[in-house]
Amino acid sequence: MKHIVKILTLLVAITGFWIGLLQTSVIPQSHTWLLPIYFVVSLGCYGLLMVGIGLMCFPTCPQEALLLQEDITEAKEYLKRNAVDVRSD
Amino acid sequence: MEGKNNNKYSIIVPTYNERMNIALLVYLIFKHLRDVDFEIIVVDDGSPDGTQEIVKQLQQLYGDDRILLRPRAKKLGLGTAYIHGLKHASGNFVVIMDADLSHHPKYLPSFIKKQLETGASIVTGTRYVKGGGVHGWNLMRKLTSRGANVLAQTFLWPGVSDLTGSFRLYKKSVLEDVISSCVSKGYVFQMEMIVRASRKGYHIEEVPITFVDRVFGSSKLGGSEIVEYLKGLAYLLLTT
Repeated sequence: MKHIVKILTLLVAITGFWIGLLQTSVIPQSHTWLLPIYFVVSLGCYGLLMVGIGLMCFPTCPQEALLLQEDITEAKEYLKRNAVDVRSD
Repeated sequence: MEGKNNNKYSIIVPTYNERMNIALLVYLIFKHLRDVDFEIIVVDDGSPDGTQEIVKQLQQLYGDDRILLRPRAKKLGLGTAYIHGLKHASGNFVVIMDADLSHHPKYLPSFIKKQLETGASIVTGTRYVKGGGVHGWNLMRKLTSRGANVLAQTFLWPGVSDLTGSFRLYKKSVLEDVISSCVSKGYVFQMEMIVRASRKGYHIEEVPITFVDRVFGSSKLGGSEIVEYLKGLAYLLLTT
C-alpha cells in the first residue's frame, strides 16, 4: 500500500470519528466543531516542540574535528614519504 | 575483529575535484581496515584538478587490485555513480561513503561488526543518536536539518533516525535491488534509497557516526536544497 494511502486512511478514520461525535452530540456541538482546529494546532505544536528539542540536544563533536586534523597530518606525512603528491595548491 | 570474516567489502567513493581528500581517505581506510578483505572503487567524474593522477599514484603504492579507478567522462550525478561503481564491485558487501572526509573510515569496523552480529541487509550511519554528532554546522543548518527530520519522521515513518546520511553498508544484492528503483538526485537520493529499502522489508540497522563538515574544498550544497527536499518528500509520500 502506498504510504499516502495509509495516511489518508488515518485521516478518514479520524474524520469519521469526528462526524460520529457531531451526530451523537456526546459533548456539546460547539466544542465538537472546534476539534479539527485543536487537532491541527496540536500537530503544529508537536512539530515545533520536536524541532526545539532536537535543536537543544543537537549532538555535536568538536573533538572529532581536532582528531581529524591529527589524522590528516599523519596521512600527509606518510603519503609524502611514499611519493604521492599531496601538496595543496 | 574477532573470528574469521570471509566477506569482501567493496567501498565505492564518487569523486569530483577531491585530489587531496581521496589520498587522505585511502590512507585512513587502509589504516582502519587491517584484517578485512576490501577494495576501493573510485568513480571520478572527469575532475579537472588531477584527482585521477593522484589515484594512479595511490595504485602504485597500495596495488591496483585494492584501488580501482573507474572514471566517467563528465559529471553525471550521484545515483548513477553508485550504479557505475557497483558494476565493477567484486565484493559481496558494498560500502558507500563521501570522499570529503566528513565520513571517517574509523567507523568502518563498527559497520562491519554490526552487520556480522545482526545479519542486517543494510547498516546505516546515524548522526542523531548517542555517540554520533555533527561538527561545523551553524544554527541555520541545524534548524533545517532538524525540521527536515521531523517532517520526514512524521509523514514517512521510515524506521531509521537519519535519512539523509550517506555513509552506509549494503549487501551487494540488496543495493542492486534498491538502487534500480530510485530516481531522485542529490541527497534526496539517499533518503529514497533508505525509505524504499525499509518498505521492501529489508533488515536495517544503525550505528552512530560523527560528521565533520568538509575540511578541504567548498561545500556543494546550494540554496534551493529546502525546495528540493520538500519535493522529494512529496514524491516519496506518493510513490512508496
